[in-house]
Amino acid sequence: MVTATGSVGESRSGAWKIAADVLDPELPVVTIADLGILRDVTEDDQGRVHVQITPTYSGCPAMETISTDLVDALTQAGYQHVDVEFVLAPAWTTDWMTDEARTKLAAYGIAPPHPRGADGTVPLTLAVRCPQCGSLDTRESSRFGSTACKSLWVCQSCREPFDHFKAL
Amino acid sequence: MRGDDRLFGYVLGLADDALVSAQRMGWWISRAPQLEEDVALANIGLDQLGQARTLLAYAGQVEGNGRGEDELAYFRDERDFRNVWLVERAQTDFGVAMARLLLFSTWQHELYAALATSTDATLSGVAGKAVKEVAYHVDHASRWVVRLGDGTDESHARMQDALDAEWPYLAELFAPVDADLVAAGVAVDPPHLHSTVLTRVEDVLAEATLVVPQVRDAIGGGRQGRHTEQMGYLLAEMQHLARSHPEASW
Repeated sequence: MVTATGSVGESRSGAWKIAADVLDPELPVVTIADLGILRDVTEDDQGRVHVQITPTYSGCPAMETISTDLVDALTQAGYQHVDVEFVLAPAWTTDWMTDEARTKLAAYGIAPPHPRGADGTVPLTLAVRCPQCGSLDTRESSRFGSTACKSLWVCQSCREPFDHFKAL
Repeated sequence: MRGDDRLFGYVLGLADDALVSAQRMGWWISRAPQLEEDVALANIGLDQLGQARTLLAYAGQVEGNGRGEDELAYFRDERDFRNVWLVERAQTDFGVAMARLLLFSTWQHELYAALATSTDATLSGVAGKAVKEVAYHVDHASRWVVRLGDGTDESHARMQDALDAEWPYLAELFAPVDADLVAAGVAVDPPHLHSTVLTRVEDVLAEATLVVPQVRDAIGGGRQGRHTEQMGYLLAEMQHLARSHPEASW
């Protein structure tokens, strides 16, 4: 059995690379690997692929779509037997998001999450930078946004509303 | 009673609390005082529903009779539900909804924090994830309770009334659960959470210029399958579609 959880690209299997390219259906500029949703891909010598993904939030409705997209992508790449498992532990955190994902989110108009404190707490007073104009003069208009993982903000400088990916 | 039956009952209690609360949260969509609040309460309900789904699926697995999450949610009758009375009663006043969310989410937060170290891998997995989500629910409810309590005379009076209405249902959350499950490190014993939850709630009430209600506890009995009149109406709405069109999918 080949395990593909290493951090070095060369050690990862072909199946990992295909799975890693699947986009998040609600944030279609970042991949599930960028977000840290993809946890593990194993491939046995019969070509059977087992994928583990973890939800960002318990009720994240994108998980079913991600699962279907993974099976489609791997099946199209020639893997005949693909199964996807949802794992809950360890709990997903925004700290697993890659720097590339943060850059892509900002370019897409979503302010990326702050790093969490060492004890897991999130300082609530940190300013959020407007992804449109870069101003730090912004205010939260609602703690809950278009999806569970985001909050709604308004920029006081350019007056644009925007989403902020909450630290979790 | 076999050990599995007791675990089934314990998991079902946690699952039904989250499921029924989620159903009540969903009622607010299009009815909250502002659009952002529709979205917020829908999201809070969605978190709770996600927790309920995993817990129900696990309960079905523990029971071993082939019942899945949908069957447990949609095809059980009132007497088979194990949720507390706090979450099931109708709330058409926004202040009541926020008072209830403050009590329920503070309790859930302490419970999940302790359950994250459960010897049961599924329960610790669910709890470790949920505790972070519920922290946002507590924060949301606290902000509203402070804003309304320390607001106008009208909002203060209504917030205090709401708190008085919900307070009798707090005690049921702290009823002891199966001692063997607690001894085995599987379950969290609710009486141990009592003082911490109360302190946290009282801190919010102090900031909100509200007083701790001096009211008698409600009888309760949800964990034994005895429910208030409103539970039947809630289930009728929640289960109607699934029971009218069994096996339907979309």
